Amino acid sequence: MFRKTLITIAGALLLTASAASADEIKPAVVFDMGGKFDKSFNQGVNDGVVKFNKETGIAYREFEVTNETQREQAIRKMAQRGADPVLGVGFAQSPAIEKVAKEFPNTRFAIIDGFVEAPNVQAILFNEHEGSFLVGMLAAMATKTDKVGFVGGMDIPLIRRFACGYEQGVKHVNAKAEVIQNMTGSTPSAWNDPGRGAELTRSQFDRGVDVVYAAAGGTGVGVYQAAKDAGKLAIGVDSNQNYMHPGTMLTSMLKRVDVAAYTTFMEAKNGTWKGGIKVLGLAEDGVGWALDEHNAALITDEMKTAVEAARADIIAGKIKVHDYMADNSCTY
Amino acid sequence: MGDAFLAVLQVGDATLRVATPLIFCAMAGLLSERSGVIDISLEGKLLASAFAAGCIAAITGSAWLALMAGIAVSVSLAAIHAFACVTHRGNQVVSAVAINFMVSGLTVVLGNAWFRQGGQTPSLDATARFMPITLPLADTIRPVPVLGPIYAELISGHNLLVYVALAAVPLTWWVVNRTRFGLRLRAVGENPHAVDTAGISVTLLRYRAILIGGALVGIGGTYLAIAQNAAFGREMSAGQGYIALAAMIFGKWRPWQAMGACLMFGFLDAVTIRLQGYDIPGIGEIPVQFIQALPYVLTVVLLAGFIGTAMAPKAIGVPYVKER
Repeated sequence: MFRKTLITIAGALLLTASAASADEIKPAVVFDMGGKFDKSFNQGVNDGVVKFNKETGIAYREFEVTNETQREQAIRKMAQRGADPVLGVGFAQSPAIEKVAKEFPNTRFAIIDGFVEAPNVQAILFNEHEGSFLVGMLAAMATKTDKVGFVGGMDIPLIRRFACGYEQGVKHVNAKAEVIQNMTGSTPSAWNDPGRGAELTRSQFDRGVDVVYAAAGGTGVGVYQAAKDAGKLAIGVDSNQNYMHPGTMLTSMLKRVDVAAYTTFMEAKNGTWKGGIKVLGLAEDGVGWALDEHNAALITDEMKTAVEAARADIIAGKIKVHDYMADNSCTY
Repeated sequence: MGDAFLAVLQVGDATLRVATPLIFCAMAGLLSERSGVIDISLEGKLLASAFAAGCIAAITGSAWLALMAGIAVSVSLAAIHAFACVTHRGNQVVSAVAINFMVSGLTVVLGNAWFRQGGQTPSLDATARFMPITLPLADTIRPVPVLGPIYAELISGHNLLVYVALAAVPLTWWVVNRTRFGLRLRAVGENPHAVDTAGISVTLLRYRAILIGGALVGIGGTYLAIAQNAAFGREMSAGQGYIALAAMIFGKWRPWQAMGACLMFGFLDAVTIRLQGYDIPGIGEIPVQFIQALPYVLTVVLLAGFIGTAMAPKAIGVPYVKER
């Protein structure tokens, strides 16, 4: 009994201590296998934390995971060294976050793309199928062969969700259009294999595809390069990747992981941080499509109007985009 | 019929693209092992030369300078390997594994320090790469039935280094089987004492074999970074050096057979890519995981059932010590 009280008091003290020092937080981020320069998912997170650092001057710790065993170690090390909040990047880190969050109940954790329920964990999820639906529409309007492609990274439900939303968007515009899908692999190295990405893309081009959407982290670099070499169109993912090959990048499906990372650190700094599940979709501007000077020439006014109308319809609930992860199948 | 034929040609096309680095490595390994030196460092040399080519192409914008850099780096690593295990009679496996580890770390560290892109090199423009060449008359002959598409789709339209790889095979065969150097090379891998007794330097022969192999791997690495892809990426060799080594053993240390094994690996890769997402009648869609395991399963089956005994050169792995 006495021990229990002591622990409660100690816990309360720790909580007040962390509340008192809210404006001098020690945030940390653990990137996943693609690496923070994958020009896509991890790099988006990196952009967000760099922005946080520039605006607030608060330094952060970071670690790039290069093999699967490092995830839990890295997250635990961060927590042990007093980092707070600790941001995990990618679905694959959720078991590690879940475990370490139990060991350090007074440290705040955040996870992007991972579903973790704990009072001290903020799980940030995105409605990727909604954003993918919009770029699918663009692909269907841009294709001349009625065949569009999809190259996924690792074969996991999350990536199937991208594919399924994309397919629905394509069919929404053109019910006859065919979607050819490939997954790069079934291990995390599939996030960083541009050579294989390029080879998959060439095989899709051989089969008549002329617009390809990559949701594959660093592997996408090879997909976009192959599209450029063949003079076909490609669609980027997560970050705005239009700048990589202006002229052959049709658009990018934006998943604002940069905003998510920035916001969770900012909330921690301002003392408004809360644990729980946070879902960002079209309505919250968590996902979207990219239009800038690099792809303006490829997007006609007609395409723009159609996509913006669909966007409003999805937000209003008039178009329902089926979520692959709801029932692990792509029937709609 | 027309579509199916075209699909077959496209698989053949992809096979050549994927098999090219394997062929370079297999020929290099063959020269080295025929002289009696195990070469597991193919992987490291491949990665290092890809990195060097990626860097030099990004800095100078010249594909030819990049090729020279790739070869130079690979040859220097080969020289280190030769120095350790021929001159100093070190363990050949240990020396090679050390090279592989060193390169795996060094490329990422240097790449990060120089380009700050997480170990990648910047993407290259078409002018800094070896781009596909259309062979003469490809479009004129295309309408000719059967032969036309074969020439236009399969044979034409690769980059220069693919043709170099295909040329390297008969060249290796000729050097090993038809020249005086080749005869001595084979002899030194079987019985170095006999070669020494004849007054020929075992050390010099082995050095030459390893260095020529280094140059070949250098071309393969350059192909990876600036012909097949448009930048170096970390760990981009992805075990191809080891696969080439396996292909060479498949081919029983003979050039043509080794090339056949390389093409088989390339073919399986090309087919697995195309099998994904296809519905096979009566079975349905095949899971990605199964398709990806297929090449390895087939490798085991072929190795166990069809290849027969692989006889290595007798003196392989044994440092040569002059008798006193």
